[in-house]
Amino acid sequence: MARTIRIQAEPFDVAGETAALTRGRADIGAVVSFMGFCRDEGGRLTALELEHYPGMAEAEIARIAERAESRWPLLGLTVIHRFGRLSLGEEIVLVLAASAHRTAAFEAASFLMDYLKTQAPFWKREHLKDGTVGAWVEAKEADDRAVERWG
Amino acid sequence: MKLVYFAWVRERVGKTDEDLEVPEGIATVADLVRWLKGRGEEYEYAFENDGIVRAAIDHVHVKPEAPIAGAREIAFFPPMTGG
Repeated sequence: MARTIRIQAEPFDVAGETAALTRGRADIGAVVSFMGFCRDEGGRLTALELEHYPGMAEAEIARIAERAESRWPLLGLTVIHRFGRLSLGEEIVLVLAASAHRTAAFEAASFLMDYLKTQAPFWKREHLKDGTVGAWVEAKEADDRAVERWG
Repeated sequence: MKLVYFAWVRERVGKTDEDLEVPEGIATVADLVRWLKGRGEEYEYAFENDGIVRAAIDHVHVKPEAPIAGAREIAFFPPMTGG
């Protein structure tokens, strides 16, 4: 199965990544893409800074991908997660899940994001409008609950 | 044994990583945390709320009761907030 996992500072191009995933493939009938963006919190922020654990980030995402692959009949997976300082509106994360049919692709993309948010070693910190560095973002209970639904 | 720290755990400990000789009898991650907390107030601060700080051994998430024998790198960090 085609699997791409990248941790990078640079932006990514969803159209280019989708083309790379599906090029020359006649078996793929569905690709679901999810992109996460750097969002303002009530007009307080200028940027988010993402710290990660090099080595473990790739390894943990690979383990999450393996679980998704054993659960759904996937034909390809792409996960790209950025790190560093990201301005408002910039993309943070991309998940592409390819399968013959849409249900597996939708579910696998959702599964990957739920696990990515709670298991992949990344941490967000706020950069505020007044130029100061704000707090580390706190983990959300809702994200833990989202993972629990997968059993 | 190499210890690495991330996010606010790194800031509280005041370093990104360190090599430490861990004494005999420190068998689990929980033992290691207890021992670290006795080394100084920066560790006391980083680990002040038991159960908040997460750990990984050689890039794999572990629970506090996990044995540390043979570990090359143990990481401590807050709950993850990526994605």
